[in-house]
Amino acid sequence: MRKAYIYKGFERFWHWTQASLIIFLALTGFEVHGTFHIFGFEMAARFHRVASWMLIVLVVFAIFWHIVTGEWRQYIPTTKKLKDQILYYSFGMFKGEKHPTKKTELSKMNPLQRLVYLAFKLILVPLTVISGILYMFHKTFDQNNMVVIEDVSLGSVAFWHTLGGFLLMIFLIVHVYMTTTGHTPTSNIKAMITGYEELEDEDEEKENNNTEDIKL
Amino acid sequence: MKRTIIIFIGAVVITLILVNVLHKEVYYNLKLEKLKQEYAIKPVTPVDHSQFEELQKDFNTPQEVTGACISCHNKRHIEIMNSSHWNWERVSYVEGRGISSMGKRNVINNYCIGAQTNEQSCAKCHIGFGMTNDHFDFNNARNVDCMVCHDKSDEYIKGAAMSGYPDRSVNLTKVAQNVGKPTKYNCGICHFNSGGGNNVKHGDLENALLACDREVDVHMAANGMDMECVACHTAENHQMLGRLYSVSSTNTQRATCEQCHTTTPHFDNLLNRHNAKVSCQACHIPEYAKVNATKMEWKWSDAGRLKDGEPFEEDDELGNHSYMSIKGSFKWAKNVKPDYIWFNGTADHYLLGDTIQSEPVIINPLFGSHDDEESKIVPVKIHVGDQIYDKKYKMLIQPKLYAPEKGDSAFWQDFDWATAAEAGMKRVGLPYSGEYGFVETVMYWPVNHMVSSKEKAVSCAECHTREDDGRLAKLTGFYLPGRDRFKTLDAIAIIIFFGSLAAVIGHAALRVITSIRRKKYEVEIIDYNTEN
Repeated sequence: MRKAYIYKGFERFWHWTQASLIIFLALTGFEVHGTFHIFGFEMAARFHRVASWMLIVLVVFAIFWHIVTGEWRQYIPTTKKLKDQILYYSFGMFKGEKHPTKKTELSKMNPLQRLVYLAFKLILVPLTVISGILYMFHKTFDQNNMVVIEDVSLGSVAFWHTLGGFLLMIFLIVHVYMTTTGHTPTSNIKAMITGYEELEDEDEEKENNNTEDIKL
Repeated sequence: MKRTIIIFIGAVVITLILVNVLHKEVYYNLKLEKLKQEYAIKPVTPVDHSQFEELQKDFNTPQEVTGACISCHNKRHIEIMNSSHWNWERVSYVEGRGISSMGKRNVINNYCIGAQTNEQSCAKCHIGFGMTNDHFDFNNARNVDCMVCHDKSDEYIKGAAMSGYPDRSVNLTKVAQNVGKPTKYNCGICHFNSGGGNNVKHGDLENALLACDREVDVHMAANGMDMECVACHTAENHQMLGRLYSVSSTNTQRATCEQCHTTTPHFDNLLNRHNAKVSCQACHIPEYAKVNATKMEWKWSDAGRLKDGEPFEEDDELGNHSYMSIKGSFKWAKNVKPDYIWFNGTADHYLLGDTIQSEPVIINPLFGSHDDEESKIVPVKIHVGDQIYDKKYKMLIQPKLYAPEKGDSAFWQDFDWATAAEAGMKRVGLPYSGEYGFVETVMYWPVNHMVSSKEKAVSCAECHTREDDGRLAKLTGFYLPGRDRFKTLDAIAIIIFFGSLAAVIGHAALRVITSIRRKKYEVEIIDYNTEN
């Protein structure tokens, strides 16, 4: 086993900020939805708006980061070993088999993760954010005292936004659980906090160079 | 070095956050302050009418006073004679009816029903003299009653059942010498007491407004801005701004909150956005009839009961009439939460002669829906009751109610619906089959006054709630966050959510169980590993 630096500073900041924002947005959002009462409708609606702007800013930074660092390549989908991965989670795991794919700095994700996270980034987040923006500006007044976004009914906007919210919560449940499927139940979470993870040895030498370069 | 910079930046960020969280800035709504400043300056009457030569005499008739007014204000009577206060009717376009003339000549209400045949009594609230029947001369300028609106001596009152003439006690000279811009008192004589008593009809307009505090109305409060009616209901050439939808039909000439407060009066854009679909009144008038009760139900079918051959009255616990032999039984209410409807400022009216299409009869259908651009949610008082109608011809009946003496077919004297109906319908020129009954009626009264302070305004959760008693629980045709949801989506999503939760718990349990089992017979291997 070797210790590798796989989650960089920004990545960890982004991940945990996004996680807390999404959880906070869910608490306030589902209160606005009427599912439960925590902050009171008014405060929930206000907090939800503030947090939503924070999330939008964060997402913009994250997109920028993915592009400039080339990290977006991590999400290129592949069907190679996809079946193995699914079989591993369904059966192999219980038999004590090893992970069918190896985690490295250049390929942090297994084929199933790639697919799920790609869908998360390209479908789920855009769906929720765009419907959220439409929701936010629905029937605002512009400079000329005209009403903005009136042709789209609030009901349809709310439908997609609620759908996004529910899907995110389902994602959250499964995602949090899947973090326990690493080498040890906590190794993945530790990695996302510290940036370092014990990876299986490989016949590559540049690992040390890599970590040195990126260290703050 | 890097560490120092990071610590420094961190400290700055934390300080900034703390400053923002702990510091509470006092905002001054400059728009509002400016308005307050503007309306705090009360206009001073520029002339003293008591010094005018024309008014230094004993007036024998009110017409002489009007003549004196016209001798200087020699065009104003023309303006008045073009106003609905005078004509009691207005020509307007009504959806589904076309261009039609509507007013107290041909509309009906579900309070005292109508002015026709009862002019002698009802004309107490007409700005003219001598309307005894339907032959009133609307072209005679001398019959214009200037004093009822412009009296500032607080002395002028119109006599009961005197066809609009002033009470005999009124000192006309004193009134003529004390005229000026109308005050709450002038408007209130009629608009607070319509329907036969204080606050009977509107619910949000009553005598308490003459001297109220800010709890009752922020604009008219004696300890607040103490504004007059005409501050908002401004007039140009005697055409008042303001629409009362018991007689009006069009979305024009309305007095609005926005005319002073603009469409974006809040600091908070989230609140300003509501103005696209929610009227100011909907949130800022959490309840009406704040001081005295207003009539909510009027059943004419109970009228006419006599005790020992004499009419009688009964009162409810608030001291309001719950029964009157001449009018029927009533229900009153105080501190009423308004009902809410979609309203675009246009309305139709039941006109004398219309055939009843459905029951209950909607006396004044207010038009509007969520999908209509002009429509907003407005608070209304809904007044229900029953009243006399022609069972055969399916028409509401205008009965003859008032007469000075018995034996003139008037219900209030003779308590005989048959003759009252016959006499009334004959006068309005409509057929009467002789078969009368009572039909349920509904009337809508948009609530626009008794504006509360912002602290008392309707809170978000009073509408944005799934509870059945939410203020907008009954209003349909749109998606209201917090109230509405897509039940199928919610159901499916919740099943999947808890399904996944169960699945991961099951998966975790399986992992634990299988790993324990494996350990049992893989002990050797593990030992082997550790030895390595």
